Amino acid sequence: MDLLQMKNISKYYDENKVLNDVTLTIKEGEIHGLVGENGAGKSTLMNILFGMPVIQSTGGYEGEILINGEPFTPTDPKDAMDVGIGMVHQEFMLIPGFTITENIKINREITKPTVISKVFGKTLEKLDYEAMAKDAKIALKKLDMSIDEYLPVAGLPVGYMQFIEIAREIDKTHLKLLILDEPTAVLTDTEAAKFLEIINRLADSGISILFISHRLEEIKKLSDTITILRDGELVKTVSADEIDIPEIARLMVGRKIELTQMAEDNRIKKDEILLEIKNLRVNMPGEIVNGVDVTVKKGEILGIGGLAGQGKIGIANGIMGLYETSGTIIKDGKELPLNNPREALKSSIAFLSEDRRGVGLLLDHSIEFNIVFSSLEIQERFLKKVGPLKLIDNEEVRNHVLKMIEDLDIRCTGPRQHTRHLSGGNQQKVCIARALTLEPDLLLVSEPTRGIDIGAKKLVLDTLVRLNRELGVTIIITSSELGELRQISDRIAIIYGGKLAGILKPDASDETFGLLMAGESIEKVVD
Amino acid sequence: MKEFIKKVGFPRFIITVFLIALIILAVYLDIPLPGLLSDILVRFGMNAILVLAMIPGIQSGIGLNFNLPLGIIFGLIGALISIEFQLSGFLGLFVSILIAVPLAAIAGYFYGKMLNRIKGEEMTVGNYIGYSVVSVMCIFWLVAPFSSPELIWAYGGNGLRVTVSLESSMAHVLNDFLAFNIGNITIPTGLLLCFALFAFIVWIYGRSNKGLSMIVAGSNPNFAMSNGIDVDKQRIKGTVISTVLAAIGIIIYSQAFGFLQLYNAPLYSAMPAAAAILIGGATLKKANIVHVVVGTLLFQSLLVVALPVVNVIAEGSMSEVIRTIVSNGIILYALTRKEGETA
Amino acid sequence: MIVPIIFLVLCIVGSFFTGLPASFLVNEMIIRLARNLILVLSLILPIITGLGLNFAITLGAMAGQIALIIITNFSIGGSGGFFLSILISTPFAILFGFLVGKILNKAVGKEMITSMVLGFFANGIYQLVFLLFAGTIFPIRNDTLLLPSGVGIKNTVDLANIKYSLDHLIPFNKIKLPLFQKLAEYPIPTFLLTLLLFLLMGYLLKTKLGQDMRAVGQDPEVARISGINVEKTKIISVIISTVLAAWGQIIFLQNIGTMQTYGSHSQVGLFAVASLLVGGATVDKASWKEALIGTFLFHFLFVISPLAGQNLFGNAQIGEYFRVFVAYGVIGLALVLHAWEKDKAKITLSDID
Repeated sequence: MDLLQMKNISKYYDENKVLNDVTLTIKEGEIHGLVGENGAGKSTLMNILFGMPVIQSTGGYEGEILINGEPFTPTDPKDAMDVGIGMVHQEFMLIPGFTITENIKINREITKPTVISKVFGKTLEKLDYEAMAKDAKIALKKLDMSIDEYLPVAGLPVGYMQFIEIAREIDKTHLKLLILDEPTAVLTDTEAAKFLEIINRLADSGISILFISHRLEEIKKLSDTITILRDGELVKTVSADEIDIPEIARLMVGRKIELTQMAEDNRIKKDEILLEIKNLRVNMPGEIVNGVDVTVKKGEILGIGGLAGQGKIGIANGIMGLYETSGTIIKDGKELPLNNPREALKSSIAFLSEDRRGVGLLLDHSIEFNIVFSSLEIQERFLKKVGPLKLIDNEEVRNHVLKMIEDLDIRCTGPRQHTRHLSGGNQQKVCIARALTLEPDLLLVSEPTRGIDIGAKKLVLDTLVRLNRELGVTIIITSSELGELRQISDRIAIIYGGKLAGILKPDASDETFGLLMAGESIEKVVD
Repeated sequence: MKEFIKKVGFPRFIITVFLIALIILAVYLDIPLPGLLSDILVRFGMNAILVLAMIPGIQSGIGLNFNLPLGIIFGLIGALISIEFQLSGFLGLFVSILIAVPLAAIAGYFYGKMLNRIKGEEMTVGNYIGYSVVSVMCIFWLVAPFSSPELIWAYGGNGLRVTVSLESSMAHVLNDFLAFNIGNITIPTGLLLCFALFAFIVWIYGRSNKGLSMIVAGSNPNFAMSNGIDVDKQRIKGTVISTVLAAIGIIIYSQAFGFLQLYNAPLYSAMPAAAAILIGGATLKKANIVHVVVGTLLFQSLLVVALPVVNVIAEGSMSEVIRTIVSNGIILYALTRKEGETA
Repeated sequence: MIVPIIFLVLCIVGSFFTGLPASFLVNEMIIRLARNLILVLSLILPIITGLGLNFAITLGAMAGQIALIIITNFSIGGSGGFFLSILISTPFAILFGFLVGKILNKAVGKEMITSMVLGFFANGIYQLVFLLFAGTIFPIRNDTLLLPSGVGIKNTVDLANIKYSLDHLIPFNKIKLPLFQKLAEYPIPTFLLTLLLFLLMGYLLKTKLGQDMRAVGQDPEVARISGINVEKTKIISVIISTVLAAWGQIIFLQNIGTMQTYGSHSQVGLFAVASLLVGGATVDKASWKEALIGTFLFHFLFVISPLAGQNLFGNAQIGEYFRVFVAYGVIGLALVLHAWEKDKAKITLSDID
């Protein structure tokens, strides 16, 4: 009997199709593994199922969902809860100031009527802490947890929090489907082992589990069925017995269609080192880097890949000094001062941030101001001296920007248009124009094609390659899309757990990439 | 029509319509327009620099500077000292400003330092720091060691007078400078030139590399940081400039008004200034000279025209009521906008 | 914890310099506690719901005054008048609270400054209504309420009709026993009502609704994902706050006996907020204890500072200004300290491993 059917689900964010005709079926009592790279559409699919507000506010979804054969259209997390769907989110959804009991029972508190509630309604019924604690204890017990249920959550070890979230879900008496989004990511090995055992037990008790993880070994060991997504499309749904881990890795990564005819590569490869990074540690929330060593050769394109949260994004941000950083960075034989963006820019390094709208652009300023500002601030270009002041030279700005708009084909109503109103692709081009204006010899590019439609993606990547080939700019490109890294990079560094997992050639096998990204050691993978 | 309202901005549209209605009423009630126009020009000139003081605050990212009283206090001290030494005319004015500016700059610097540690709450904190400063200064006015008979109570009583007349010192020096008449309308040339000068300084600063760094720091701190800008330093700069302009602003205001107002008078001085610039079309993140000019002109015209009109048809304090509603209404409107929406 | 201690020291030191007899101070404090506690209590729920200090309780105070003007207009006095005014003020307060809640939901992250400006704005509307509409659009029966011109409510409204109508609700003085004669001097019924409201507040926080409010206050995102209607919960919290403020203002004014039509409400937010903060509450944490301690300390300081100023500096006005400074300063200080703490809580690289 099928508990859940999601049929032909499609979803757009602005102009981007992030899910295309995905179908997913979950049987009663099965453990269903869901794997895919970042951006493959796992989270979006789960958000749709769980009725998260973000889906409604971006125009809803297409397709049909059936629960036990009945149509189901979630518009609110409460709808999902009502039909027995529970979710443990990737980030903790616990209230630190509440006790364990209060967290387990949140919005499902047990109450007892009083005189006042009889007059003024049910919301004024008094909480029955004893009954709540009793329930909490039972739920915790099912997870083999013997912890005081009156303790506040704040200050508990991270591993415990995961279990408390699960306790909250299994406490729901009518729970039929439990979605676990990367549940073992924060657990130690022993915690994870225990965790998996408990999941098995839950499934035996009749609860279906939808398990999202990038630890392929876990997925393989635990799941009955595995669904693989890639680029918002369903690649395969297969019984876990019929597939091995390398095959999963291969399907997950896949080989994408060549987007573009690369510019002719007539670079003379030298082994001169441009940048040397030693023991880099970066405190970037969610993307912590914990000791990375890597060297970058002059004139190459180095790709940095890895799954979200593993720290790949932190590297470029650390080099630029945007988050607290320690270690050694040597550029052109000179040590680069850390935690100092101005020095980084002065050392001829430019940066395209992964957070284009938040860091990369002044949304309520004109295109021309966005393009020239870095150079104006750092190199004092586009200024004319008037008395003691250096004023912005509008004419020079205009000439330069018009040329940039033409060169990069930025679609806009004119140089005075505010960048807020541009499409993602054109915003990215404005960012590239700004970086180009600095005439850097090292360009750091983070997630250059995130949130950009397919046509513009090609243009952006083409531009990067052109810069590299024609102007000799060394590029470090960080991306969640392995496809684009393999397309334009000379070498690809994979980051896992804040450390360098290994450096691969772009033509290494899908399997090798998949396994390395999933945390297998390079020695094991290459053999 | 809808397009038009959107282009002009909803608040400006409403206020303009209201203003036009008042003017028509004034004509109907035989209230002489030239007098009103002269008043509007003077009120514009005397308030505009205080409104101008909002610009560096908004540009540098601290939002509406509700702590204008901090600067005002030092402006008052500057004026008091120059009166104590019996300076008058332009000399008195210049000395007042000369004393006030460095004091305001120092105070602004420390206030800016503090604001950097409470990012996100600048407006609420600023407001109460402003109130606290005013009430501390109330104690100061009581015990300040001034002895000029202009300043202290004639018959006993402690401390400084509540209002100090500037008649014998610097009253109207700017208003009367090069003033001329067109028909029955008096043009306070000096006053307007003075505003033009400060507006020009603020404008030209905003075109310079230093000013641009400050504007960028205010409009997107993350962008600024990734471009090597020390955002905290820029915020301090904005706070200092705003505080200094407030100090100068109150001196210009007082010379036009003819009196120095001490004690609780500076308490609510920030609200009308904030309201004016918002009426002009500024947002909590963006402001320029045009907003100051348009906003001050609209707001002050409204008040000037409303006063005689309302006096005819209702109780006297009604124009004060209109001021309260308009100024707080516009601030409320700005506070409840989402980012990216224009005010 | 440091804030109430500092104020305790200030109070103790100050009271030495006043030279006032203890019995006078005790009497004064009893009266002031009775008339202010409910106003301070009204601030607690919005803090728990994560809205910070609700400066817009001014609107609640206005609702109370509207009711008082109405009963005065119909010359209804005594305890009947008092309870009628409570009854009339409630729907007004619910409406105002609803509007305030709606607006605060549109200004997430800027709630405090918005509630403050909202208070000023409402004050303007209030003046407009009572200066211009009373006697013109709304007919006023009772001429003593009107300004001589016949338009607008007078600046001072005499509430002799309901003066002490709650404070002296229980006729202790009719019982000819020394104990009861003594009790008659104190606002016992007011204290009983205050106690009742404090108990109800305690009860509310232990209900499902209270739990939702705490969840919304601590983490609106988690609350939302758990299926709690965040916006609605906030609005309910503001409504209750506004209703309590309306009742608090009526109780305050029945003790004073006269109403400054255009002034009585304007400082309500300021003094209540300052009281709560003096008691050690913060922008995101407050309970009945802080309300009680804070109201006591703040008003104690209020009573003694003019005399202390007189005796210390030979100038009573210094004391007057000092207590205004305390009210503003303590709010400013509390806001600074709170924002400071948040800033300090950030993780640094050395914390990670």
